[in-house]
Amino acid sequence: MARQPIGDILLKVERITLSFGGVTALSDVSFTVREREIGAIIGPNGAGKSSLLNVINGFYHPQDGQITYKGTTRSKVHVHEAARTGIARTFQNIALFKGMSVLANLMTGRNLKMKASILEQAVYFGRSKREELAHRDYVEEIIDFLNLESVRKIPVGRLPYGVQKRVELGRALAAQPELLLLDEPMAGMNLEEKGDMCRFVLDVNEEYGVTIVLIEHDMAVVMDISDRVTVLNYGKLLAEGTPDEVRANKAVIDAYLGIAND
Amino acid sequence: MGGEFMFFIETTISGVMAGVMYSLVALGFVLIFKASGIFNFAQGVLCLFAALTLVGLMEKFGLPGWLAIILTACVMAGVAWLIERLVLQHLVNQDPIILFMATIGLAYVLEGVGDIVWGSDVKVLDLGIPQGAMDWAWDNWNLYVEKLEIVAAFVAALLVTVLAIFFQKTRIGRALRAVADDHQAALSVGISLRSIWVIVWTVAGIVALVAGIMWGTKSGVQFSLSLIALKALPVLILGGFTSVPGAIVGGLIIGVGEKWAEVYVGPLVGGAIENWFAYMLALAFLLVRPQGLFGEKIIERV
Repeated sequence: MARQPIGDILLKVERITLSFGGVTALSDVSFTVREREIGAIIGPNGAGKSSLLNVINGFYHPQDGQITYKGTTRSKVHVHEAARTGIARTFQNIALFKGMSVLANLMTGRNLKMKASILEQAVYFGRSKREELAHRDYVEEIIDFLNLESVRKIPVGRLPYGVQKRVELGRALAAQPELLLLDEPMAGMNLEEKGDMCRFVLDVNEEYGVTIVLIEHDMAVVMDISDRVTVLNYGKLLAEGTPDEVRANKAVIDAYLGIAND
Repeated sequence: MGGEFMFFIETTISGVMAGVMYSLVALGFVLIFKASGIFNFAQGVLCLFAALTLVGLMEKFGLPGWLAIILTACVMAGVAWLIERLVLQHLVNQDPIILFMATIGLAYVLEGVGDIVWGSDVKVLDLGIPQGAMDWAWDNWNLYVEKLEIVAAFVAALLVTVLAIFFQKTRIGRALRAVADDHQAALSVGISLRSIWVIVWTVAGIVALVAGIMWGTKSGVQFSLSLIALKALPVLILGGFTSVPGAIVGGLIIGVGEKWAEVYVGPLVGGAIENWFAYMLALAFLLVRPQGLFGEKIIERV
């Protein structure tokens, strides 16, 4: 399937400042993502990459600046609102429901799509049951897509790290997101697992048309799969552009390799 | 058939029934533990509070039993809402031990409020639940079976079936388990922590009401009712803190074990085993199978 063209601006973060007490995590950071784009955020540890994701999905509320998502401008987003308007995410240190099976974990992703009321659910009858089965079908599709068939009934706590990362991606996908935030989806993986994950990310983008923002440390991966790269350093925007532009940017080279002393 | 054997049957039945009563209390603990990872110290007091409110409504306002039960259930939902508003909401993402401490405080507050509103004298709870010996068992088999305990067994079975389906098969059930596992991840998939907590505390409050009704009918509504929570502890250790069926099986084992121990081992060591047998059993169990019979084994990857 051919990739659909990149569209209009989906998310626009403007002049965000976020601080915790005396520590400034982000200062005056702006950042845009277009529909169906894969955007990468890179930067050294502590540069504010995760903080930026947390601002977008509403875990953190910035002190200053504004966020425009799908045409609505806000000074801060609430987590619930973010989830309802189609923002899903994964976490740097896998945050799955460890005691629950792969299937059940993915089903939680369908949470907001289910409509039956608590009373209907209490008796598990009629609409509640039909709904459950329909959503189950959708989730099984994702399980196929991510090659998780063999582990669907296993509690995720028992699975290897690389597979857990895939389950987490699956849970985010189950929510049918428009914007998918991936916090270091390939961290701690071996070469083969990284290759698989890259392919999944690209497939999600192509087949489901999902816009993706990812944080990643592996430069080869970042330069390979992203359309635009944003570089943060000490909470400030250092550079932004296509992978080639960023690769050639002097400030970026200095930040990553250190400034030459000669 | 020998009288000896009939006596054994009678002891067993009475053990089973006592076990069901323990299970009812343990159920409330399991619910909250499953959904929030909190050991709710206030569960016993919730039973007391529910029973007090029920009796109070019937005595002071002369309401019929069924209406008073519905109103009490509403009060318990209100209590759940208040708990979420005043306590839990401020403790999102805190360690379980901090939430546990909060429930200790909650227990004292609830007990105090119950005392102020409804008074501290022992009250009789009469909802028309049949009590006394079952006649046909007595006439035909010479067996003493308490009617109230049969009712309690039916109610418990019904509650467990409904709760088990609710937890395993529905979105809210799954959301409850998700919240117990990871607050942040639950938030990110759009589960509202606040409504989940209100729901689970309401359900725990209603289970407490049922337990309160049964115990209150059996031994009167008095402040020592909150101490039955202590008997629920060994039940939980046996059954596993996270398992609804475990609460029932654990209750039955404790109930029957207690009675057998009292009758058959008691005379050898001077009696009164019934009071501590459950705790010894729990202790032994902790050594062998710390997650309980049905509990989820905690796996930690290192």
